[in-house]
Amino acid sequence: MHEMSIVQSLLDIIQEEMRKHNAKLLRSVRLDIGQLSAIVPESLSFCFEVMTSGTELEGAELIMEIIPLRGACRDCGREFEIKEYAFECPHCSSPHIDTIAGQELSIVEMEVD
Amino acid sequence: MKVSVVKNILEANDRIAQENRAIFDEKDLLVFNLMSSPGAGKTSLLEKTIDALKEDLKIGVIEGDIQSSQDAERIAEKGIPVVQINTGGACHLDGNMIRDTFKEFDFDALDLLVVENVGNLVCPAEFKVGEDFKAMILSVTEGEDKPAKYPLMFHESKVLLINKIDLLPYVDCSVEKIKEETLKINPGMTIFEISCKTGEGLDAWYNWVREEVKTRRSARKQ
Ligand SMILES: Nc1nc2c(ncn2[C@@H]2O[C@H](COP(=O)(O)OP(=O)(O)OP(=O)(O)O)[C@@H](O)[C@H]2O)c(=O)[nH]1
Ligand SMILES: [Mg+2]
Ligand SMILES: [Zn+2]
Repeated sequence: MHEMSIVQSLLDIIQEEMRKHNAKLLRSVRLDIGQLSAIVPESLSFCFEVMTSGTELEGAELIMEIIPLRGACRDCGREFEIKEYAFECPHCSSPHIDTIAGQELSIVEMEVD
Repeated sequence: MKVSVVKNILEANDRIAQENRAIFDEKDLLVFNLMSSPGAGKTSLLEKTIDALKEDLKIGVIEGDIQSSQDAERIAEKGIPVVQINTGGACHLDGNMIRDTFKEFDFDALDLLVVENVGNLVCPAEFKVGEDFKAMILSVTEGEDKPAKYPLMFHESKVLLINKIDLLPYVDCSVEKIKEETLKINPGMTIFEISCKTGEGLDAWYNWVREEVKTRRSARKQ
């Protein structure tokens, strides 16, 4: 259940951003969650609800987008979706793959008043 | 009002991990983060490794558990510095918990620091502590489907130890299948097949650790 610590870090960032923008109300927050990250969106939602209830952030909507895994081949330069966690280039079979998406765990946008 | 804030949620932890790493670098210390599910053999591997290497390398250990200091006591019996962290519920160690142990160690007197993470195949992979690399153990009793089910840890680790191979006659588990699935997720993974009970396969691991310490040291000298 590391979702708890992740929500705590998320709330720290949200509160700091709200202070910066002089915002009083959080309407929604949007996250990008990489397919490879070890996050269960339902647990994250649940923790978010529990940890915001009774605070000024209560009722805010948590929107999560799952970002598919994408790789770039260091040998042939092509980009592709990494299917079934197979880190091999589908074009030239090279195992030298850079992960270019699908590992994120980031906050991308907030709607505040 | 929409506010765009592109920020890594774990940024605060990543920053502390980086600071830890800078201290380890300055002290010329190789640090690895040892992860596995509960009972796969992390402490057993450390006991063996300390016995084999303590003449050549000065080793320190950080033990992470939710509760209890039993693992630290097992390591302390070897006569090397060890600090127990009790996370009190948290399923992983983070950069801050590691930093809090620094005052207990004399890093100048160490070559290698091993962090035994909380037994868990999911969460520890997400939290850096300042390590040079992640090492993981999978025991054959856990089954060959684990790489596919827990891809993050297999993807993030540099070395995999397949432990308890003495039990292979009693379980339906194919080491070949584990290796094949692992290399799909992480083609660069170094893999050892070991038994902490019989000692089989451990010499290759000891040599690998010695080489890692050496390589890291000469890389830093440049
Ligand atoms: N048969 C067999 N048993 C082993 C082997 N390695 C470890 N064990 C046993 O497995 C059990 C768990 O080993 P530990 O080393 O405590 O495992 P751990 O990963 O440190 O466990 P936690 O810290 O609780 O997550 C112990 O009873 C060990 O004796 C092995 O290679 N073969
Ligand atoms: Mg242990
Ligand atoms: Zn290619």
